[in-house]
Amino acid sequence: MRFVRLVALAAVTVVAASCQSKQEAPPAPAAAPAAAAPAESPAPAAAPASDKILIGHVASMTGEQATFGSSTDNGIKLALDEANKAGGINGKQLEVKTLDDQGKPEEAATAATRLITQDHVAVLLGEVASSRSLAMAPIADSNQVPMISPTSTNPRVTKDGDKTRPYVFRVCFIDPFQGTVMAKFAFETKKIKNVAIFRDIGNDYSVGLANFFAAKFKELGGKIVTDESYKAGDQDFKSQLTSIKNKHPQAIYVPGYYTDVALIARQARELGIKVPLMGGDGWDSSKLYEIAQGALDGSYFSNHYTDEDPSPVIQGFVAKYKAAYGSVPDALAVLGYDAANVAIDAMKRAKDLTGPSIRDAIEQTKGFKGVSGEITLDADHNAVKSAVVLGIEKNAAHYATTINP
Amino acid sequence: MTEFLQHIVNGVSVGTIYALIALGYTMVYGVLKLINFAHGDVYMVGAFCGFYLSNALGADKDPSLTKALVVFVLSMIICGVLGVVIERFAYRPLRQRQRLTALITAIGVSLLLEYGFQLPSIKALGFPFPPGPTPRFFPQPFTTIEFDLSGVHLSNYDVVSFLLAVGLMLMLQYIVYRTRFGTSMRAVSFDSQIAGLMGINVNRVISGTFFLGSSLAAAAAILYAGSRPKIDPLMGLMLGVKAFVAAVFGGIGNVPGAMVGGLALGLAEEFVSGYTVSSYRDGIAFALLIVVLLVRPAGLFGTFRPEKV
Repeated sequence: MRFVRLVALAAVTVVAASCQSKQEAPPAPAAAPAAAAPAESPAPAAAPASDKILIGHVASMTGEQATFGSSTDNGIKLALDEANKAGGINGKQLEVKTLDDQGKPEEAATAATRLITQDHVAVLLGEVASSRSLAMAPIADSNQVPMISPTSTNPRVTKDGDKTRPYVFRVCFIDPFQGTVMAKFAFETKKIKNVAIFRDIGNDYSVGLANFFAAKFKELGGKIVTDESYKAGDQDFKSQLTSIKNKHPQAIYVPGYYTDVALIARQARELGIKVPLMGGDGWDSSKLYEIAQGALDGSYFSNHYTDEDPSPVIQGFVAKYKAAYGSVPDALAVLGYDAANVAIDAMKRAKDLTGPSIRDAIEQTKGFKGVSGEITLDADHNAVKSAVVLGIEKNAAHYATTINP
Repeated sequence: MTEFLQHIVNGVSVGTIYALIALGYTMVYGVLKLINFAHGDVYMVGAFCGFYLSNALGADKDPSLTKALVVFVLSMIICGVLGVVIERFAYRPLRQRQRLTALITAIGVSLLLEYGFQLPSIKALGFPFPPGPTPRFFPQPFTTIEFDLSGVHLSNYDVVSFLLAVGLMLMLQYIVYRTRFGTSMRAVSFDSQIAGLMGINVNRVISGTFFLGSSLAAAAAILYAGSRPKIDPLMGLMLGVKAFVAAVFGGIGNVPGAMVGGLALGLAEEFVSGYTVSSYRDGIAFALLIVVLLVRPAGLFGTFRPEKV
């Protein structure tokens, strides 16, 4: 009996150990080229096929920020599809391999390492969340593979102390600007003088953005009545919200990710807090409205783009995205598309497809016309762009104003 | 004053949930002298059972009281059975071994449940099981009605969950102190070998204890998810540890102690988080554990029984 049990245990262990495909993202929709992520093969080829260029993408396809990853992935695949139809780069077709990091920084680091060392990607795209980009940045630098983050806004992603990271770039604005945007909007446009801050203490993006907002708001003459914190994944925010309510702020600044923000809004309304909430681009998701169910009406957040912009570039992209995926693109999809196109443009200009050459080409990106605006990378590898402020009415976002740097 | 009362309302609301989960820990410790670390994850499974059942019955499009009751009772039964299965296959074979072995197994079961539920969904099943790491949202069984009692905000969910939790705890008290099964449970927790010699079917009593504890955890999950609707596979981790602290605080092995411990922990967390730095909210539970173990290890209601050889 004991022997039978031992044999059964050994068999189960062997079967479990040989299951490899946990991290692979599900097979791509028809838009991507044929040989997408092989889910079963245990050891990928030692070097990529010479007629394909492989781009790696680390994304949170599942987990707390699942819509971020899937939107960005859609944007990237759309860009690659268009580039392939136009002939690829020097005749070579482009392919993307997406790995799911489940929203965890350790998994993002593992995924980045795997894409770089096992799959030998030419360019790494990702991540959208600053905490995870920070985990990936040193890996890109030490392996000399250029990394472009679509929407990470924390300044430390491209700057390591005082030094700019040589291989890390981003195509969006950074939090010092984003914090200023909301501070100016609140103080000057909405005439709000007292704000409470409710930040996610474990999240680099949230902490950084809250700090920049607080600094600018105080500089303009406003008052931060209280600074509370929560942890991502918490379900009960009532104690902090009760404390905030008692300090009578005119608005609450919640620079978190959409899942937590929607729950915070609901619980705030349950406690009788009627003041508007304000936030950053971490709110941008279709799930925000689904979860909040109207609790966020009257609130505002800063973002990279709005689908209500009548410019032909944006409307053209919205139409293309709707045709391919059946929904209106959010900022994540737009920036994923722009990041992929910046990479493709750089690879066309680079003298060869090695890491350092592509990196030099990306560094020289000037006046690139992306859907989210004109992208020029400054000395810190950041893009200088305008931000839009969106207001939420009837459980949907509407354009309020644009703030330029 | 209203802030203080609001904190009390919030604290009691969370505290009753901790109390219900702590009861599971305390009863299992009482009969087996084993801290069932997988209990927090049984709570998580209960929340997901409720989620799947609600969706199957269509409760989000057409909420009704009967559907809510059916979901409640069925989830309790399913989790109870899960508890019995865990006991039968993970703990019973190790009953003759040292306590440390069973403890490690408990951690193993906990990890199995947590990471098993984070695997990508099996397409052939028709509904998303395992749910994967993306959080799901529990459909609301009945519409929320808010009450504003001179500044203190209450919702009908808070009232219902409090009443149900108290009702379940009273029922448990009745079972443990007034029925034959409860008497045999207390006998087994006093000394299982002698109880066996007196004709009590020890295996059946232990299975019954697990059934009771796990069904209470499922009840807690559904009550909690009614007003805090986000559920994900790792939700049982923190709650399980805090409920364990509550059980230790009240005196592990002692049923009324677990209830008091749960309420006390809920209130303590609420006051610390509301009046001092809110990032200490989770830390207070662990600080309390350390203080209790240093000052009065038997807990509030426990008695220190030295082992007589």
